Amino acid sequence: MSLDGDPDDWTRWKPAPLLPRQDGRDRGLAFVIAVLCFLATLMAFASLAANRAAEGWVRDLSASATIQVRPRDGETDSEAAARAAEALAAVKGVTEAASLDRAASEKLLEPWLGQGGIPADLPIPRLVTVELDPKAPATAGALNGALREAGVDGEVDDHSRWLADVKRSAGAIGGTAIGAGLLVAMAAAAVIAFATRAGLAARHEVVEVLHLAGAQDAFVARLFQRRFALLAARAGLYGAAAAAALAAAAHVFGGSDGFTPVLPMVWNDLFAALPVPILAAMVAAVAARGTAMRLLKAEP
Amino acid sequence: MSRQGADPIERPSATASSPIVAFQAVGMRYGRAPEVLRDIDLTLAPGSFHFLTGASGAGKSSLLKLIYLAHRPSRGLISLFGQDVSLMGRRELPALRRRIGVVFQEFRLLEHLSAFDNVALPLRIAGQRPESYRADVAELLAWVGLGKRMHAMPATLSGGEKQRLAIARAVVAKPDILLADEPTGNVDHEMALRIMRLFVELNRLGTTVMIASHDQDLVSRFGAPVLHLSEGRLAPV
Repeated sequence: MSLDGDPDDWTRWKPAPLLPRQDGRDRGLAFVIAVLCFLATLMAFASLAANRAAEGWVRDLSASATIQVRPRDGETDSEAAARAAEALAAVKGVTEAASLDRAASEKLLEPWLGQGGIPADLPIPRLVTVELDPKAPATAGALNGALREAGVDGEVDDHSRWLADVKRSAGAIGGTAIGAGLLVAMAAAAVIAFATRAGLAARHEVVEVLHLAGAQDAFVARLFQRRFALLAARAGLYGAAAAAALAAAAHVFGGSDGFTPVLPMVWNDLFAALPVPILAAMVAAVAARGTAMRLLKAEP
Repeated sequence: MSRQGADPIERPSATASSPIVAFQAVGMRYGRAPEVLRDIDLTLAPGSFHFLTGASGAGKSSLLKLIYLAHRPSRGLISLFGQDVSLMGRRELPALRRRIGVVFQEFRLLEHLSAFDNVALPLRIAGQRPESYRADVAELLAWVGLGKRMHAMPATLSGGEKQRLAIARAVVAKPDILLADEPTGNVDHEMALRIMRLFVELNRLGTTVMIASHDQDLVSRFGAPVLHLSEGRLAPV
């Protein structure tokens, strides 16, 4: 420690760190931890945005159903669709039912058949779109029942097939993010363990003096644990802050839909960066202590 | 702690309790090399004062290492404070080491710590609060002549200052056993006498002292029992 002024003033003395201060190796280690925390934070942001996008898609798909109507003999497409819409509008849990006219149906087919490429005499299925009450949506069974009662031949698509796909995709993205996060944590633990091993070797003289002065292995391990936890916390802070700054910039400059239209971010997502330095410190503390204890116990 | 006088060392009484250090047929080797200590039988009574003499390479430092638990014997039994330490687990050693003060021949000061921090080290490791020992550390540093250099780093100290600092660190926790390996090798005659008086004073307070030295003048001046090592064996003086 250093005391300014009177060199004999020992009354203000406070114990100095028992391990030598940072050296070049620690700076390199801090950089690696900062990069890992940067990547982990970006992954957390991406995961949150992907989850939000999936929730939006699920919400949209759950809020509507599509009914393909087939006219009976002596009935036009438009009449059948109108009857279906009328029957469906009366079902509990349906807020709106509307039949699409031929022009709207042709527009839906444009991606496959091209603009103006549909002959006028080509039979096109007539569709009825149904908006469902989000709090208590009508089931596909209720919609089918209403069609049967009205004598309309139709096929209800409640988007359940797409919903399952979206939910599966969202689950996969979440699982991938957790897995990647665990991999990053394991990589951080590995570099900390390596650094602890190198630190013990480089400071062997110090460690030996501590032991001969009566220090337990746990006392020595705690020094390394504290050193690397603080280093990881600082590095994690820099990494997480850099990732948050990048995400904020993307949110501001990424257009009206935020980060990107497929990964919608909100400002609150930035709070996900807050625990990163703490988690980094915890991983570093566990890795450093475990490594130090294992190596010290192996000594004669 | 009195700071005056260099009276002859008082021998422990013949009725002293069980030995504080006991070696039975102890051998020691480094790695697979030949034994540097052979068939050592040794007992130190509590409160005794011994010199350990011998030519360079005779095994003085190795014998001290066995006592301050820096090395395990390759054979034989060693008892410290009445406990067999030959096969003792790592977790049990630190408590014993705290009862032993060591002045290393090469000082082994922590170069990144100030003189004050170096002396305070054993007390920190023992878990004492800084407020409880700050004054003692300052007083001890002043006594060994480093009162003006309390916050100096070891690299800025002379050989003699480092030696005094190492002695201060060894005695600060008032150990039951004090081992010193050539503790007066780097100081002038006057300081050597002062250091010896400190050891004698600690011995009077009950500390068992063993000093490895090949300074025959010093050994004869203080008239303590001498253990002589020759080619790894204790030899009669």
